[in-house]
Amino acid sequence: MQGTVDSQGTAITVENVHEHPDFRVLGLLVFLISESLMFGGLFAAYLLLRGMHEQWPPEGTEVELLVPTINTIILISSSFVIHYGDVAIKKNDVRGMRKWYWITAAMGAVFLGGQIYEYLTLGYGLRTNVFANCFYVMTGFHGLHVFVGILLILGVIWRSRRPGHYNAHKHTGVAMAEIYWHFVDVIWIILFTLLYILTRF
Amino acid sequence: MAQAQLPLVDTPLSLPEHPKVWKWYDYFTFNVDHKVIGIQYLVTAFIFYLIGGLMAVAMRTELATANSDFLDPNLYNAFLTNHGTIMIFLWVVPAAIGGFGNYLVPLMIGARDMAFPRLNALAFWLNPPAGALLLASFLFGGAQAGWTSYPPLSTITATTAQSMWILAIVLVGTSSIMGSVNFIVTIWKMKVPSMRWNQLPLFCWAMLATSLLALVSTPVLAAGLILLLFDINFGTSFYKPDAGGNVVIYQHLFWFYSHPAVYLMILPIFGIMSEVIPVHARKPIFGYQAIAYSSLAICCVGLFVWVHHMFTSGTPPWMRMFFTISTLIVAVPTGVKIFSWVATLWGGKIRLNSAMLFAIGLLSMFVLGGLSGVTLGTAPVDIHVHDTYYVVAHFHYVLFGGSVFGLYAGIYHWFPKMTGRLLDERLGILHFVLTFIGTNLTFLPMHELGLKGMPRRVAMYDPQFEPINLICTIGAFVLAFSIIPFLINIIWSWNKGKIAGDNPWGGLSLEWTTSSPPLIENWEVLPVVTKGPYDYGIEQRKESTDEDEDEEE
Repeated sequence: MQGTVDSQGTAITVENVHEHPDFRVLGLLVFLISESLMFGGLFAAYLLLRGMHEQWPPEGTEVELLVPTINTIILISSSFVIHYGDVAIKKNDVRGMRKWYWITAAMGAVFLGGQIYEYLTLGYGLRTNVFANCFYVMTGFHGLHVFVGILLILGVIWRSRRPGHYNAHKHTGVAMAEIYWHFVDVIWIILFTLLYILTRF
Repeated sequence: MAQAQLPLVDTPLSLPEHPKVWKWYDYFTFNVDHKVIGIQYLVTAFIFYLIGGLMAVAMRTELATANSDFLDPNLYNAFLTNHGTIMIFLWVVPAAIGGFGNYLVPLMIGARDMAFPRLNALAFWLNPPAGALLLASFLFGGAQAGWTSYPPLSTITATTAQSMWILAIVLVGTSSIMGSVNFIVTIWKMKVPSMRWNQLPLFCWAMLATSLLALVSTPVLAAGLILLLFDINFGTSFYKPDAGGNVVIYQHLFWFYSHPAVYLMILPIFGIMSEVIPVHARKPIFGYQAIAYSSLAICCVGLFVWVHHMFTSGTPPWMRMFFTISTLIVAVPTGVKIFSWVATLWGGKIRLNSAMLFAIGLLSMFVLGGLSGVTLGTAPVDIHVHDTYYVVAHFHYVLFGGSVFGLYAGIYHWFPKMTGRLLDERLGILHFVLTFIGTNLTFLPMHELGLKGMPRRVAMYDPQFEPINLICTIGAFVLAFSIIPFLINIIWSWNKGKIAGDNPWGGLSLEWTTSSPPLIENWEVLPVVTKGPYDYGIEQRKESTDEDEDEEE
């Protein structure tokens, strides 16, 4: 019985009057539409700039592929890993969920580490040219999202210490961290295609 | 992430210890009640309206004569920029969406609160710091580049102030996205079960369309502004042509939000109109579905017209063609609404009170603004009057004659619900008359100025334009004085006005079924929808549905 949307006055009790179904997952999905449009704006700017230039990327800004490819594989695999965590919590296996979420967070950290390594070894910086501008702003912005994702995952792990905080029926937080992580992954796939693969052709 | 629960009170049903009337200081606390947040939005926005209005009066004083020295040129530019920014981002959008939306949507759909109350409060509390940032930017000279902040101008003038401007806009943008998420989920999921989609009040339809629009367009502006911030502060060159960038990209990203922002400002007002007119004409609304769907149509088409702001930015002819046509198409659903309201008024038992006067005033002004909009939307005319006062006249007719009139209509209409007291009608009518005269006196001559070629955004101009400018300035002062009866009315009536009762206008939508002001959780027993929100003079529906059986219990 949902207090908020109940039309039968008799059914509204003190216990349920403040509650309504948990719409947080839905809210997150709607929010992610918005987030993807923000990246969409950056992608559009990138594509317009790319279209303006004969040579893209300009000379002296060769994109390194090895580290980012390894990074990509790590990040995409982490989406499967985090899903195992979700499967585990649906089986009431909190320990299993924690394990998989730890691994995901670690993989995310490795990804960020790889990105920092890449930044340090590329040989060009934010200001080098307009391609470098795009490269650093877009990957940096995505990196920020990965960082937030790791924080969400760690938050879920932190909360799961309390017995019964998450269980087979109550795992909204777990699901939200997972959805956000998948979103970050999908954005990376587009980003990787635009910034790395398509610059080779 | 916000929790979907209300940590408010322990005994919500009998509610003996809850004040029926909020104390004034309750509105300055972090409160998760949608009604408090709505009023917080309205009051804050109104304060910014006064600040932005004072800037406008200062600018008009400067413009009264061709070569006056009333304002230093830099200060003029800063006022110009911040007047536009404040009026759009801190007055009309927050008042219409945040204020009326938050206050009314849960009441109209029979919900006890928004889907995410804490997120809602957080969204509101991003606004005051944004306004503070804008005002503090005056310490650094104030942003000078106009409310559009086109580079390269924005990257070379007053860079600290410009960065503060960008951060302020990103803050209100974040607030707007949070609000949109909240509205979409609330309207989608929290209607009372007895309310069908075709019984949803038109204001809620408008809010749904508005929220969808804000959701997809705001983040694009954020992206554009972040790049601008990097250009100004971190030496990138996204918008610097000499280093491989392109200024037009900024224009695309900016107008992809800022054209839809026009609909963000007017769609909720259309919603208010659709509520005010049938109630005070005491007649069912004409073309419920047409109005509801035209909101969604404006929302969709509105996303494909942004380039009409860039006809003079070297846009290729095919683009001008496409965007001229799509711009003209937006006029169709808007016309549908206008005709529906006129048809609703036709033969109604019209109650000519302040709310209705402002609604009718809006109709007349908006038609004029809409017509000049159609002329501006066509590339050939637009190129001719580009950056002249014709444009200024047009957008003030739709924004002042449209949005601000609508906000006033809404305030006069729902003030009794919000405070439990009626506004004084004589002061209201005085307010309307002054506002109507002031608006037309200020903005009608600007069409002439524009057609004659006076450029906008300048503090000094050719003396041949002086007589018309003087008329505009007199109008601006009338507008400024029109606020006084309104303020007196609000403050006096809030304390001492006539007690309104639950439903002073005989409205049928759900917000009139609760007490005035509403209880903390809106209803002791949630209402059951038995007829549409506009079924004036129509007998109750046949008692065959489940909902009606519920009511009999």
